[in-house]
Amino acid sequence: MKRRVLAILLLALFGAVKMPFENALDAAQRQAKLRQTALDLNLRERVGQMGFIAALSGFRSPLAAYLWIEAHNAWERTEWGRMAGLFDTVTTLQPRSLTYWDMAAWHMAWNASKAALDDPKQPSEALRIRNQRQFFKIGRDYLERGIQNNPDSYVLYAALGNLLQQKMEDHCGAAEAYLKASEFPDAPLYISRLAGYEMAKCPGREREAYQLLKRLYDESPEHHKPTLISTLKELEKKLDVPPAERIDSSSSQS
Amino acid sequence: MFTRIATIARNTFTELVRQKVFYIILIFALVAIGSSAFMAELRVEAQFQMIKDVCLGAMAIFTSLLAILATANFLPKDSEDRTIYTLLAKPVPRFAYLAGKLAGIIILLFLFVLIMSGVFCVVLWLREQTALAEARSTASGEDLAFAVKSIKDATFNANLVPGILIIFVKSALLASMTLFISTFATSTLFTVMISAAVYFIGNLQATAREYWLQDKVNMQLWTRPLTGLIALLFPDLQAFNLADDVIAGAAIPTAIFLKTFFLGWVYVAVYFVLASFVFSNREL
Repeated sequence: MKRRVLAILLLALFGAVKMPFENALDAAQRQAKLRQTALDLNLRERVGQMGFIAALSGFRSPLAAYLWIEAHNAWERTEWGRMAGLFDTVTTLQPRSLTYWDMAAWHMAWNASKAALDDPKQPSEALRIRNQRQFFKIGRDYLERGIQNNPDSYVLYAALGNLLQQKMEDHCGAAEAYLKASEFPDAPLYISRLAGYEMAKCPGREREAYQLLKRLYDESPEHHKPTLISTLKELEKKLDVPPAERIDSSSSQS
Repeated sequence: MFTRIATIARNTFTELVRQKVFYIILIFALVAIGSSAFMAELRVEAQFQMIKDVCLGAMAIFTSLLAILATANFLPKDSEDRTIYTLLAKPVPRFAYLAGKLAGIIILLFLFVLIMSGVFCVVLWLREQTALAEARSTASGEDLAFAVKSIKDATFNANLVPGILIIFVKSALLASMTLFISTFATSTLFTVMISAAVYFIGNLQATAREYWLQDKVNMQLWTRPLTGLIALLFPDLQAFNLADDVIAGAAIPTAIFLKTFFLGWVYVAVYFVLASFVFSNREL
């Protein structure tokens, strides 16, 4: 009995010795953006008791996978509200997963918004358009929150650029998002071209767009795409670029 | 001494193998292959995310369960079979007996993690090849290069290795902790129940520690000593739950990985020393 009590006391002593190390490790892990999930009452309400216990026990990822499959089933049944709720939970459980943020935004801004626009139960076109825009906003919100959690990747910036360009027609915003994405060394080449195209459509930024696209054109023949060349030619005309400085379009790719 | 420990470890390993624990691998393979087949409906990036979620999650669950359940059974089973009396009647120190038992389960856990990692890699590789073939048949030029890069980025990356190693060290920690509990437990059931409780509390330990160290003015009188006790007595198991972040694509900096790995083995050593301390005087 004495030994057991002594063992517990020794364990407590070890606890006191290891605590500064554990505190430092905890801080370092959080600084490296690990263990970011907020296991709070809000999550408890959304995932239920068993789900919360699973999340607490270190099984966040299988739980997130299970809920994602649930969301997929909800998509097949076109239950958009339930889908959004499940996406919220999944992204709370796995905030470092780019795939979850990207796909949640895509489902909302592309699929749910189209369903809202084509909703046969809503006779008013104005209301259908309003609902469609609300889903665009939800999609945008996922991407912006995703970027906050993952500022070290180009993927969500590029996805935000796509959404602003293709769905919200916010060319200035899209240009900014693509520009930020193109700053990452692992970003594909086409993203900087997209930044230039969108900037060319943003009032007041035509000169900047011209400079960017011209730089890309001079930089590599891989950028000599028909869209880049035609955009450059339009900008040359618009900005009245001297003929000597204009590009030679004979090197364009098909 | 090392020969004795090695002999006990080998026997422990053989006994566990005879208990057909490797059937768990079969279940793991079925889970991995089944999830991979189902995921074919999802977008490529989501497929890989799901396979990693399911496989690494299953790996963590199976190794944790095996570590607790197998270790909890060592002492009661050896007492029941009377092998413990035969062993300890020979010049085998009690700590060597425990060291052999612990080494046996740790070797088994390592083998488990190794085989499950192999199955996981094969499933992921097969899915990657299918996705690459699909991409090659539908895209070309710059689009194809981008699609191939996206697929390769989403499948294998070096971060999976530290994630899997941390799952292993966490299971070794759980085995050592269960061995310590079993030295003063009266039955297998008691050991399993207490170990499971410690597991759950260990996952909340970081919260308790944070609460304890905060200077909260309105904290109730009994809350501070209670949270302090939890922080002192229980391991911070959240520190070992990095696989969730690895699956999501986050990178574990080498220094953090090494510190976490080291902390795991410190726990293993401390629980073993305490187990030997209690067991050395236990009446059998």
